Amino acid sequence: MTEILKAFVNVIIKMPQGFGVTLKYLFRKPVTVQYPKQKIPMTPRYRGRHYLERYDDGTERCVCCGLCAAACPADAIYMEPEETANGERKAKVYEINLLRCIFCGFCEEACPEEAVFLGQDYEFSADNRNSFIWTKDQMLVKHPRKENPLKRIIRRVRRVYGVPTAK
Amino acid sequence: MAESKTLNINMGPQHPSTHGVLRVELEVDGETIVRAKPIIGYLHTGIEKTMESKLYYKALPCTDRMDYLAPMSNNLGYCLAVEKLLDIDVPEKVKYARVCLAELTRIGSHLVWLGTHALDLGAMSMLLYAFRERELIIDIYEACGGQRMMTSYIRIGGLAHDLPPDFNARVQKVLKVIPQRLQEYETLLTRNQIFINRTKGVAVISAEDAINWSLSGPMLRGSGVKHDLRKANPYSGYEKFDFDIAFGTNGDAYDRYLLRLEEIRQSLRIIKQSLDGMPSGPYRAHVPGVVLPPKEDVLHKMESMIFHFKLVTEGFKAPVGSVYQAIESPKGEIGFYITGDGTPIPRRVRVRPPSFINLACLPALCEGRLLSDVVCSIGSIDIVLGEVDR
Repeated sequence: MTEILKAFVNVIIKMPQGFGVTLKYLFRKPVTVQYPKQKIPMTPRYRGRHYLERYDDGTERCVCCGLCAAACPADAIYMEPEETANGERKAKVYEINLLRCIFCGFCEEACPEEAVFLGQDYEFSADNRNSFIWTKDQMLVKHPRKENPLKRIIRRVRRVYGVPTAK
Repeated sequence: MAESKTLNINMGPQHPSTHGVLRVELEVDGETIVRAKPIIGYLHTGIEKTMESKLYYKALPCTDRMDYLAPMSNNLGYCLAVEKLLDIDVPEKVKYARVCLAELTRIGSHLVWLGTHALDLGAMSMLLYAFRERELIIDIYEACGGQRMMTSYIRIGGLAHDLPPDFNARVQKVLKVIPQRLQEYETLLTRNQIFINRTKGVAVISAEDAINWSLSGPMLRGSGVKHDLRKANPYSGYEKFDFDIAFGTNGDAYDRYLLRLEEIRQSLRIIKQSLDGMPSGPYRAHVPGVVLPPKEDVLHKMESMIFHFKLVTEGFKAPVGSVYQAIESPKGEIGFYITGDGTPIPRRVRVRPPSFINLACLPALCEGRLLSDVVCSIGSIDIVLGEVDR
């Protein structure tokens, strides 16, 4: 009997209170975002598509040491080194297979030159698999730089040890 | 021809209420379940085997992908196991931050459970509300580690980065918002007669059976067994926090619902304490050769550069021996058994997955009951198929 009475109270009194909750949100501003038109800005540490960084004078920062490829848990990075005219080492080929990449950010952490980093882009769909091999030219483009407290230090290192110039 | 009274039907693998690719083979007599058999393996990715072929630090992202609703808990379990094997200690701040993040993960996981379980039972708005609140927690992951689900934020010997500058404000927002919203969930569900009819007395498991099935987490505590690894075997400094173990009495789906809501409240208590007591200090242990040196040092110190190169390319050699470290994940006891053989690659990594072991009791929960109770049983076990199959 008490069970039935309890159920009766639930249906008559308690359940309409629940409807009140849903009704309340009918008059609130929705929290949803109309995605392709509106976008939520990503946080500074967001790990999106890769970029390669240049020095302020335009030379490439990557020296093709291979640490990022060694650190990659998914074996997504391929690189071949070459020497420049003034005897510096740089990458001839630098490819990231975005289909293999798991965006863990280990390459960014491993890089001793702060050259490769994961940017803020997250929309990169395509209709053929070849376009997911991200090459060096595509990564060396201008980009909004991520928050990087190390940039200051790198500048200082460059100031102390000098900027390599063509002989 | 002999007349068969029962009918064999398949539930899943593409069934919305099996939470992934679980297939349940059901033998039904009318509406009553005679026999139920969960069939798994549709999401088998060989994560344990993959971890055995990788360096210790590279195996970490694999753990995110097991229980993808509670990535931080998995990271924590693996890192604690490796730290135990290497016998290293982490700074106090790391312990507090880890506890805070693990409890946030618990809330996030329980919110997804709440939303999907209520959706299975016909309460659609709950899903939307629960996911809305989970968004706050996902944003914290993103601010910390940079990824919304596969965080890899907790690392061997510390954290990947320092806590973000707005961490405190974000967590304070969670502490402020979630209690109000829990009140709303209670208004929607706790006294909702439809929800009560669907869950009360359904999927009952007695305390004795729960122990015999070796269940853990809310499945075990829902039956009235007060066992929580955070109290029974504290790790990462849980002994310093003041909280109660939530437990049920009847061991049915309704009790487990109330229990999980209570766990969210207890988690909020722990988070509040960890925020208040968060000491300052380094976010990584200083163990050269095991933990990456700070990037600032790498850029202008020779020794740090050498350690950095050696660690990234070769990894660290773990001693010979086996360790088992279990933590209380949102689903139950997740344990990592790691055998090191003196090389930088683990010889064996075995995961004790809570979902897998809890799922085994599904036949006991729903045999002899109605077909619609299967959905409620699966929901109240709280499985993640990524972890069941690994």
